[in-house]
Amino acid sequence: MSAFEPVLTRNVGNPEALTLRGYRNLGGYEALAASLKLEPEEVIAEVKSSGLRGRGGAGFPAGLKWSFIPQDTDKPKYLVCNADESEPGTFKDRILMESDPHQLIEGCAICCYAVRAATCFIYIRGEYVRPAEILEQAIKEAYQAGLLGENVMGSGFKLDIFLHRGAGAYICGEETGMLESLEGKRGQPRIKPPFPAVVGAFGCPTVINNVETLCNVPHIMRRGADWFKAIGTDERNTGPKIYCISGHVEQPGAYEFPIGVSLDELIEKAGGMYNRGTLKAFQPGGASAAFLPAAQSHLAMDFDTLAGAGSMLGSAAAIVMDETTCLVRATLRLAKFFNHESCGQCTPCREGTNWAEMVLQGIEAGRGNQEDADLLLRICRNMGGTTLCPLADAAIGPLRSLIKNFGEEVTAHLETGACPLPYQPVFAAGVDN
Amino acid sequence: MSKGQSAADSSRLPASVSEAIDRLRPRYPTTEALLLPALHLAQTHWGGWLPNEAIEAVAGELDLAPARVYGVVTFYDLYHLSPVGRHRIRICTNLSCALRGANEVLQTVKRSLGVGEGQVTPDGRCSFVPFECLGACEQAPMMMVDDDFVGNLTPQSALAALEKLT
Ligand SMILES: Cc1cc2nc3c(=O)[nH]c(=O)nc-3n(C[C@H](O)[C@H](O)[C@H](O)COP(=O)(O)O)c2cc1C
Ligand code: SF4
Ligand code: FES
Repeated sequence: MSAFEPVLTRNVGNPEALTLRGYRNLGGYEALAASLKLEPEEVIAEVKSSGLRGRGGAGFPAGLKWSFIPQDTDKPKYLVCNADESEPGTFKDRILMESDPHQLIEGCAICCYAVRAATCFIYIRGEYVRPAEILEQAIKEAYQAGLLGENVMGSGFKLDIFLHRGAGAYICGEETGMLESLEGKRGQPRIKPPFPAVVGAFGCPTVINNVETLCNVPHIMRRGADWFKAIGTDERNTGPKIYCISGHVEQPGAYEFPIGVSLDELIEKAGGMYNRGTLKAFQPGGASAAFLPAAQSHLAMDFDTLAGAGSMLGSAAAIVMDETTCLVRATLRLAKFFNHESCGQCTPCREGTNWAEMVLQGIEAGRGNQEDADLLLRICRNMGGTTLCPLADAAIGPLRSLIKNFGEEVTAHLETGACPLPYQPVFAAGVDN
Repeated sequence: MSKGQSAADSSRLPASVSEAIDRLRPRYPTTEALLLPALHLAQTHWGGWLPNEAIEAVAGELDLAPARVYGVVTFYDLYHLSPVGRHRIRICTNLSCALRGANEVLQTVKRSLGVGEGQVTPDGRCSFVPFECLGACEQAPMMMVDDDFVGNLTPQSALAALEKLT
């Protein structure tokens, strides 16, 4: 493990990578040049063989997704790069775009070539104003150098990449919400099927991939699927992975490891626990991931191990909480987030996220009663698998694990009629003021 | 309302905005898809928020019903239907920031500005809102001042950042 050389973040902190010339000196666009010499199907086969799984949350195999794009149609095809990055705890895509914008552009270009798309939209969250400026500048340079436009690297392949700014809505990170938003509508997720690969942006076949997923692609094409497969836990969990770690650690940040690092190793990398506190709980994959107790901190943080433990890798954003943290309050803060971000189309989600917040608020304020834990579980049951998109399932992740893994903390609130912890760092509106 | 706009053409976009929108048209296969970019441009022109005339003007420019535009505006957190300060402060209060003291920062800023959430200080200088995760949790607790992240805040450093604003 000590021999691992960062792949995706190797240029972070190197200002050379911000210019096209600098990026090319670092070997940039060689992978695109090599890919353009292959048949598109060969590119897809290489990415498939690498085992690369989506880094946006769901972990769907990237090459397989690309192979779903129908080629027997006259319709234009699109790539929409998901740079909405709004999962609380997650900031890796921002760092990738700010520090190495051409790596993403190159990944987008290879993907477009592979699926025969002539247009790529990078949908970037509206709050990322400075990262958007950096990316815009890099795109401009790429056009000027003939790496984008009518005739990419003289190959005859035509490609446009456009940046599209979001306007502040978590649900636009969900892929079909994103497509609606791109088309100028409210970002309300669509019913699937049809899947975006067949009916996506503007009614046309569309690939949607996360920023980090696409940043892996140039490396796969340059160093080969076998090199990629050799990194990670097993053949279902391959490649390098950026882990965000935040909360109660000394040096929160984005750290790259072979996929499958444990939380213990991550905490060590992040300088240890904040103020030498003791780990109480963590979410391994952003706000949507179930809380795991400290006893699980040795688990390999890969797709399958975490799913097996009842949580998920999600966006690989570890949120670390020490013993001063009231988990009812932490869950309440997340419930408030999901309530705010529910797009409101599905009754179980619209009502359930609201109820979850209200009931948790009551418990935390000391107004809870003995049935409340059951009520929360009932809300979870009503929301699970009953909605158009996975936001409702995301919302019940932390909620259900609060009751399952930290039920005694809920009980303590109910029995004492107040939060039993002397000081709670987490703000819970409505309780604090 | 911006300088140089008379009441008569108040539901038209100023030429600079309309030209900026025109430059984006070739990017999209539909006119509707220009709505988000158009609203961003209009909001910048109107000083950070979208008065009714702005919504009508965007609707007119893109051939959409004003109600359709209004429905989109209300869906997204970055579009504003009431005036904002010359400087817009968004304080992240989501979990990673909360764990590192976002509440203290929020309360301090609130007291110092002396106005409620979403309101503008009497001198028009600032408005603030608590916000969901801004994608910079490694700098927790953090806030956005206009388009920039200001991170690793303490209540004192947050106040110092506000004092610099004119
Ligand atoms: C509520 C919700 C929010 C999401 N937010 C993001 C996001 O911010 N960024 C992202 O890449 N994927 C996000 N996703 C996952 C996308 O729907 C989609 O799976 C992903 O962009 C596909 O790319 P990938 O296969 O490369 O991971 C979200 C999903 C849901 C249900
Ligand atoms: S589950 Fe929630 S966020 Fe997703 S479509 Fe339904 S209401 Fe909207
Ligand atoms: S929680 Fe504050 S920036 Fe992410």
